[in-house]
Amino acid sequence: MSLTLERDVDTHGGPTRDLKTRLRIIDCDIHPYLRTPRDLDPFLSARWRQHLAEYGKGTRGIYAARGTYPRFMPNTCRRDAWPAGGGLPGSDVDFIRSQHLDANDVEFGVLEPLLEGNAPRNVELQAALCSAFNDWQVTHFTDIEPRLRASILVPQDDAEAAVAEIERRAGDRRFAQIQLSSRTPEPLGRKRYWAIFAAAERVNLPIGLHVGGPSAAAPSASGWPSFYVEEHQVLSHSMPTQAASLILEGVFDRYPNLKIILIEGGFAWVPTLGWRLDANVAKMRSEVPNLKLKPSEYLRRNLWYATQPIEEPEYPQHLRTLFDWIGWDRIVYSSDYPHWDYDDPQRAIKIAMSEAERRAIFRHNAEQIYRFN
Amino acid sequence: MQRYVVASVAEIPPGTHKVFTVAGRPIGIFNLEGEYYGLLNRCPHQGGSLCDGLITGLAVGDRPGEFRMIRKGEMIRCPWHGWEFDIRTGQSWCEPAKIRARTYPTEITAGTEVVRGPYVAETVAVKVEEKYVVVEF
Repeated sequence: MSLTLERDVDTHGGPTRDLKTRLRIIDCDIHPYLRTPRDLDPFLSARWRQHLAEYGKGTRGIYAARGTYPRFMPNTCRRDAWPAGGGLPGSDVDFIRSQHLDANDVEFGVLEPLLEGNAPRNVELQAALCSAFNDWQVTHFTDIEPRLRASILVPQDDAEAAVAEIERRAGDRRFAQIQLSSRTPEPLGRKRYWAIFAAAERVNLPIGLHVGGPSAAAPSASGWPSFYVEEHQVLSHSMPTQAASLILEGVFDRYPNLKIILIEGGFAWVPTLGWRLDANVAKMRSEVPNLKLKPSEYLRRNLWYATQPIEEPEYPQHLRTLFDWIGWDRIVYSSDYPHWDYDDPQRAIKIAMSEAERRAIFRHNAEQIYRFN
Repeated sequence: MQRYVVASVAEIPPGTHKVFTVAGRPIGIFNLEGEYYGLLNRCPHQGGSLCDGLITGLAVGDRPGEFRMIRKGEMIRCPWHGWEFDIRTGQSWCEPAKIRARTYPTEITAGTEVVRGPYVAETVAVKVEEKYVVVEF
């Protein structure tokens, strides 16, 4: 009769933590949201505020003011991530702290705003919105919580304006990377994007290539999927497409120190892409004669792969095989907080790992590529 | 095994649930039409706070284009990845053979019994005229 019965009502606390050893982790994918659309206003000129009020964003998407597929969960978010004080998940820094940063001992978290800054067809509006979102990230997030680090959003359809935005932010240590979206109007290796890669290499910032983006094309290679579950799956196909384009167009020969993290695009495809490209390039060398390395060597030199959504093979040990094939030095942890397909750092990777392997994925690899200090 | 007095029945009306920390374990107590069920507030998939999920039913259909909702209020959908569990048994709808949410047997006990013991009820003020939800583990 000596046990105490506690009466705390635990509605938002999440699972209790049982860390084997404390490892302050780095999370490459946290999504911030606006508390209200008005939060962006102070960072937009009167001209663009008026433009948005009168004409809207005019994005490439097929609908004016909503996503193409109704989501499985409201705002694509965890149902337990809505702040008690109101606002969208990912909009309340205190709640991000308690529910994710503190609960999971996150030392640094990279913000990946998916707020359609780069979606308008009007490239001047793209530039204004991206710049406003960059100011908003530092004012509403990184200055309040220094564990959070911002991404430089760029109007990726207009390389000249994108480079100007990169140069404007590059000296600001609150920004850890440049963000691009994986669904682009043309494959990313094309020459129209090279100036962005040149700038990234010049200022020594990595590029976080996050799944999704402003393309008006169907997400699948064969048109429009019927279901959200199907679209959710085929979105990731943009990643091997972009990896192949970047390699075959010679981007990594031109910019050998370029670092690109592929975020939320899965990674089980990486070994097979390498095998096939190596075999095909060996046969058709004359079509891409300037490649200096085998395609799989660029996959291991210039690209990194974020873990979420973690691959969940029927036999968990097959995940170890995948990591062995891809390289333990290429994998970086990402949570996707506060989205519904969030991966818990303690539970998502269901294989036993050595201390060195855990450290590589949850911290060390990200430290090598991002700029945190 | 120990028996813990968690709450008076009046605290959890039919169709509602509440999470309590019982001897360090977060346990959701659900009232399904007067019957009480206990579920660990931790999803067996990735540890999400299961009891914060949507209470729902099962969408079934006999042929494409026809569907209906059955067993309304008897399933819970994890707020993270949407895994669904039978609140009564903890059985997973997606992987019934392999995955089960942790359940706790509950019973309703009269205040007159509770005061007699052996129950752990140090912070629940027990009144003899009330009935209480008791969890055993």
